Amino acid sequence: MLNPKLFAPKEDIPRGLYTALGLACFLTILLIWSLLTYTGLVAPMFLPRPDQALKAGLSLLQGGSLTTDTALSVFRVSAGFFLAAALGVPLGILMGTLKVFEGLFEPVIGFIRYLPASAFIPLFILWLGLGEIEKIAVIFFGTFFQLTLMVMDATKNTPMELIEVSYTLGASRRDVFFKVILPYALPGIVDTLRITFGWAWTYLVVAEIVGATSGLGFMIMQSSRFLRPERIIVGILVIGLLGMITDALFKLIYRLSFPWLGKEGR
Amino acid sequence: MAKLEIDGVTKSFNTARAGRVEALSTVSFTVGEGEFITLLGPSGCGKSTLLRIIAGLEEPSSGEVRLDGRPITGPGPERGMVFQSYTLFPWLTVRQNIEFGLELKGLPRSERRAVADRYLNLIGLSAFENALPKNLSGGMKQRVAIARALANDPEVLLMDEPFGALDAQTRAVMQEVLLGAWEESRKTILFVTHDVEEAIFLADRVLVMTARPGKIKAVIEVRLPRPRPFSLKTAPEFLRLKEEALALIREETLKAVQMG
Ligand SMILES: Nc1ncnc2c1ncn2[C@@H]1O[C@H](COP(=O)(O)OP(=O)(O)OP(=O)(O)O)[C@@H](O)[C@H]1O
Ligand SMILES: [Mg+2]
Repeated sequence: MLNPKLFAPKEDIPRGLYTALGLACFLTILLIWSLLTYTGLVAPMFLPRPDQALKAGLSLLQGGSLTTDTALSVFRVSAGFFLAAALGVPLGILMGTLKVFEGLFEPVIGFIRYLPASAFIPLFILWLGLGEIEKIAVIFFGTFFQLTLMVMDATKNTPMELIEVSYTLGASRRDVFFKVILPYALPGIVDTLRITFGWAWTYLVVAEIVGATSGLGFMIMQSSRFLRPERIIVGILVIGLLGMITDALFKLIYRLSFPWLGKEGR
Repeated sequence: MAKLEIDGVTKSFNTARAGRVEALSTVSFTVGEGEFITLLGPSGCGKSTLLRIIAGLEEPSSGEVRLDGRPITGPGPERGMVFQSYTLFPWLTVRQNIEFGLELKGLPRSERRAVADRYLNLIGLSAFENALPKNLSGGMKQRVAIARALANDPEVLLMDEPFGALDAQTRAVMQEVLLGAWEESRKTILFVTHDVEEAIFLADRVLVMTARPGKIKAVIEVRLPRPRPFSLKTAPEFLRLKEEALALIREETLKAVQMG
């Protein structure tokens, strides 16, 4: 008999069950993959068998190329993302705090963020060449604008009443910024970083399509050219795994840093 | 000289939907040093607006508010405010919330602690000094908000229906706690409420407001002895005042309801 509470909106479920459900979903995908391939329903040249992918992963690992590709990709994603965060977080906070800056930058950023980062690659190559800077620029371009707007929103969420009550307690504008707006907005900012770091990963392959000689994205493109689908799968899985790890790290930081947040997030 | 002078204050809001909304028509009155005034009026008559103007959070459309003869131009710590909703800083503990204003003033840690201890004790939450707001009930949160305002030692305390969301029993206890604190500190208090009994029980003078646009309709002098025990609420003189206020407020509430 199913516990009726399982399907009550927003009701908590046992922690073990929660984990088990996620695991079950992964296993189901693996099962479907196995069924499709081991029965011969789909030819290996379109979808390789799990054991082929595993073997390809191990051989790439032994050859050392997977490690260097991964390291390089991690570097590019992190560099592009940290650059975007280093500029976007202060700018977003400023825009969320002072309407002058919102009025100044919001329209431009709102426009640029709809431009596809991939369409700028030819320009970036023209301007920056084919080196690391160009790859980092693509990732930066893909994340900076969204990140800035999301940080602005997180900052704007600070309730006016908290600001007003601090004025009546003697706060200066500076105090309001450092002692009310910043602490209130911080969880939202950390959450924004978590989400946009995920997006930075999605721009990796785009960044490494052209002019790259290494990296996970390059490895995937190369494998496609030489019809090695099992290597594509390896590349995709490694990217997914890295994304999951960073996501979990951010969530941990979030939980440890903001014990004051209620069950509902605030 | 009066501590606080509200001199011909009016306020209209420009709204996109309804055009110009007149919240306050001309309001004038004065408050003496150490006086406890309650503002009684139907919902939407502009009580919060008036308090926000006195706090300096809102500008009057015309008229002026003066504290010790000096016009008010913005918010300041000499006019503390307790809001209608609970406005605790969620990332600070109960003690840190109470110490917030003191820290802004640059009071040394030991002094801050001593002041906070006193008010924690007064509101009966010493055991919760390290609790976070998310773990407090509504009544506890409002007690902390009051302690935070009192600890800052303002000259005037503005209170906007601070007990509005509390149940009747908690509300009665809180009224006594507040009176206790006031009798000790003799601060000038302006207390907004729409509860007739509360208005009379606390005040030296009750200012009854009209329906929106609000102005002062009548002033009820409350010459009941202090300290006021809870039992006073059933004394004949109290009941007489209550009847008088109820009649006044009923007229206005009817108007407010008809206005929609
Ligand atoms: N910022 C604003 N913009 C437009 N109209 C406003 C604004 N603030 C208040 N009003 C209007 O002014 C009138 C008075 O509002 P106010 O909040 O002062 O009433 P109140 O007496 O405190 O009511 P309540 O007892 O329900 O708290 C209302 O009609 C309200 O809609
Ligand atoms: Mg109000």
